[in-house]
Amino acid sequence: MIFLDLLLGFLKVGLFSFGGAYGAIPLIRDVVLDHGWLEEDILTDMIAVSESTPGPIMVNLATYVGSSQAGFPGALTATAAVVFPSFVIILALMILFRKLTGIPLTQAILGGLKACVVGIVTATGIMMIFKTCFGTPGMFSVDETALCLTAVLAAGYFGSRKILKRGISPIALIGLSAAAGILVYGWR
Amino acid sequence: MHLLLDLFLTFAKIGLFTFGGGYAMISLIERSCVETKRWITHDEMMNVTVLAESTPGPIAINCATYVGYKQKGLIGAVAATIGIVLPSFCIIFFLSLFLDHFLEIPWIAHAFRGIRAAVGILILDAGLNMIRKMKKKPLPVTLAVCAFLAVLVTDLLAARMSSVALMLFAAVVSLTVFLVKRDPGKEADK
Repeated sequence: MIFLDLLLGFLKVGLFSFGGAYGAIPLIRDVVLDHGWLEEDILTDMIAVSESTPGPIMVNLATYVGSSQAGFPGALTATAAVVFPSFVIILALMILFRKLTGIPLTQAILGGLKACVVGIVTATGIMMIFKTCFGTPGMFSVDETALCLTAVLAAGYFGSRKILKRGISPIALIGLSAAAGILVYGWR
Repeated sequence: MHLLLDLFLTFAKIGLFTFGGGYAMISLIERSCVETKRWITHDEMMNVTVLAESTPGPIAINCATYVGYKQKGLIGAVAATIGIVLPSFCIIFFLSLFLDHFLEIPWIAHAFRGIRAAVGILILDAGLNMIRKMKKKPLPVTLAVCAFLAVLVTDLLAARMSSVALMLFAAVVSLTVFLVKRDPGKEADK
């Protein structure tokens, strides 16, 4: 049943998303692609939309996925599910074990979790760039346009930090890439 | 104004006006909850941030739940949490009704092809930031490298690796190493 799938899928996302929004993206990709809820391209578009609209990114993604699968009740189910674990955990920590996070044992578990997230997020970023430029594994082909676009955007994004104090913001990068997309792909 | 309504509206405003999620929201929460409303102190805000980083879920939600509970117990926590979620829920739900039609317009489709290139860069950047902040000790580095390779290799083989399984595995390894290391240490103390 779709509601149960959405509920369990996003409870899992809410429960394991350490390291903020970007830590949640690989988990959401797992859930969405495993169930075949969205095409990978649409999911990537939605990550950009979530980044450019107000509010926590993983809440935005949950609302969109839920809505696309089962309308308003689906959106409500997925959003409630993604929020619920952190809500309960914070309450539990405040009421019961305020000191729990200071215990070395907890630190050891968290240390392992966080180190793992670092690897997962970095690999996800690389894989997403790879797929944009070379297509999906199994049917590789070089997309020169996407390759050039990615190279220019990456150079601009990382290079801007050397010149400007804070560099280009993520939203500005999305805006620039949209303009570049219209120019490059509209031209042909 | 009634405190519950105040909690709800304050967090709804934060939810409505912060783009980019996470840390962008923390500075706004700090401004309204610490400086304007004086619901929590600056030190508490620091504690919540640390707590939020060690617990799963959106950081803004963790903060809202904490402040709400502090001010008005469980019902306050519910009001603040719903407040911070509701604006983005409404906006995204509304967008989701039109996004498909939207993407059929050629120039918007072109824009999104460009945006796809940017999303990968943003995620990679988030990963690189995490690497920079990470403790460079053998165990975390090994775990991070193993997770990195596991995801990359399975993805290239067109298979999928469950991130949750990887994380649980990393937690178990880290816990085991901690317990093994601790025991000989204790005996040496005796």
